[in-house]
Amino acid sequence: MLSKGVIMTQVRILVGTRKGAFILTSDGKREKWEVNGPLFTGWEIYHLKGSPVDPNRIYASQTSSWFGQVIQRSNDGGKTWEAPGGDIKPGPEAMQRPASNRFVYDTSESTGRPMTTHQFYDGKPHPWEFKRVWHLEPSLTDPDTVYAGVEDAAIFKSTDGATSWHELAGLRGHGTGPQWQPGAGGMCLHTIILDPSDPRRIYIAISAAGAFRTDDGGVTWKPINRGLHSQYIPNPTAEVGHCVHHVAMNPTRPGVLFMQKHWDVMRSDNAGEQWHEISGNLPTDFGFVIDVHAHEPETVYVVPIKSDGEHFVHDAKLRVYRSKTGGNEWEPLTKGLPQMNCYVNVLRDAMAVDKLDSCGVYFGTTGGQVYASADAGDSWNAIVHDLPAVLSVEVQTLP
Amino acid sequence: MIRVVLPQHLRTLARVGGEVTLEVASPVTQRTVLDALEVRYPMLAGTIRDHVTQERRPFLRFFACEEDLSHEPPDAPLPEAVSSGKEPFLVIGAIAGGI
Repeated sequence: MLSKGVIMTQVRILVGTRKGAFILTSDGKREKWEVNGPLFTGWEIYHLKGSPVDPNRIYASQTSSWFGQVIQRSNDGGKTWEAPGGDIKPGPEAMQRPASNRFVYDTSESTGRPMTTHQFYDGKPHPWEFKRVWHLEPSLTDPDTVYAGVEDAAIFKSTDGATSWHELAGLRGHGTGPQWQPGAGGMCLHTIILDPSDPRRIYIAISAAGAFRTDDGGVTWKPINRGLHSQYIPNPTAEVGHCVHHVAMNPTRPGVLFMQKHWDVMRSDNAGEQWHEISGNLPTDFGFVIDVHAHEPETVYVVPIKSDGEHFVHDAKLRVYRSKTGGNEWEPLTKGLPQMNCYVNVLRDAMAVDKLDSCGVYFGTTGGQVYASADAGDSWNAIVHDLPAVLSVEVQTLP
Repeated sequence: MIRVVLPQHLRTLARVGGEVTLEVASPVTQRTVLDALEVRYPMLAGTIRDHVTQERRPFLRFFACEEDLSHEPPDAPLPEAVSSGKEPFLVIGAIAGGI
């Protein structure tokens, strides 16, 4: 655990927005912030995340309706960036080079799965088509290994610093794939959680298929949606089809998971084998984001959103709700947050916690604000007010 | 030399300023020009044409000599003015408002 009293401690927030990326830095007091950006101006930056073992290694997903997907990589904490593989010199092999933005579903007989279909919004079969990378999850042990969650839903892995990618095809092809369907934002694999106690165990979540787990490093997968209840599918307790918005885990208790579903806040105490509802006294249990305190594994944060048809905060008040009891009993956190005329949303990857003794909590809004709390949510300050709509927030705690 | 004009975002990605000039062996076609472009600037692979199908991305157009060549076959010869370097080959981002 890092001490807030250490002068050199630094917090670095990586913010992805609709029109570029921003990097916000502060010392351990988290009072004064330096804002750098925009990076990749004009592009949608769905996600940036640093390697836990080499914080200067940061990966970014840069995407555009015009130009498709680009992966960017920094080796100096975000000061400079490169598209991995882009430095290959012209020559006879140049056309066979790896491409960091080449995400091709694996249909090979030896390692892949046949390219079947998933369901479109109208329930008709629809072929898998790569659209973008929603989430990048660097390995807990190797800075050159990183996972990518993509739309249409699949998980890819790179072991060469994002220079080339291969699909972990057992997920898309494990059997229920033809039943998956997109949520309003597309059929995206948006959550990847690596189990620090077992390198073979990975959790992922897909809108609107549900949560899945592998226990063999990504070769085989199984749905982990028992206990979820979703009225918008024909069988509300079906094995797949649930619109899971986000899942969070405290690394010290990797078997305990917290989920913000389309509606319902859920909890599992057995690695997803069974879920139970912990919405309790929340004013609404619709929402996107959920996270867990860095040192108190029973302290959970959500931002309730009015409804699936009105994606803004309830009662026009921006309130983070905190439970210190692992759910069911929630308290609104409002100090420093707008409590009238507020109509922003907080998207699924737009909250993060730092590792300082007094846990910092950060989130970004679709209105372009990034809020920080240096006291675990008791009070908040806006670091920036007027960025483009925030898609993702990650934080690095640096020595 | 073939002259290619890229949209601003691709110029930034490729770290080039104005026009790009390329040596392209005959025949000069959309395919040979874009192949040469991607060899010189590997980071542009997949941003103009799909990685797998090699088809033009839907929101991009190809113009030259005041004509829209977007729907010409990729192996059709480009106008002589392009192959001689008098006129540039333009990669244009479609005007789409977006958000």
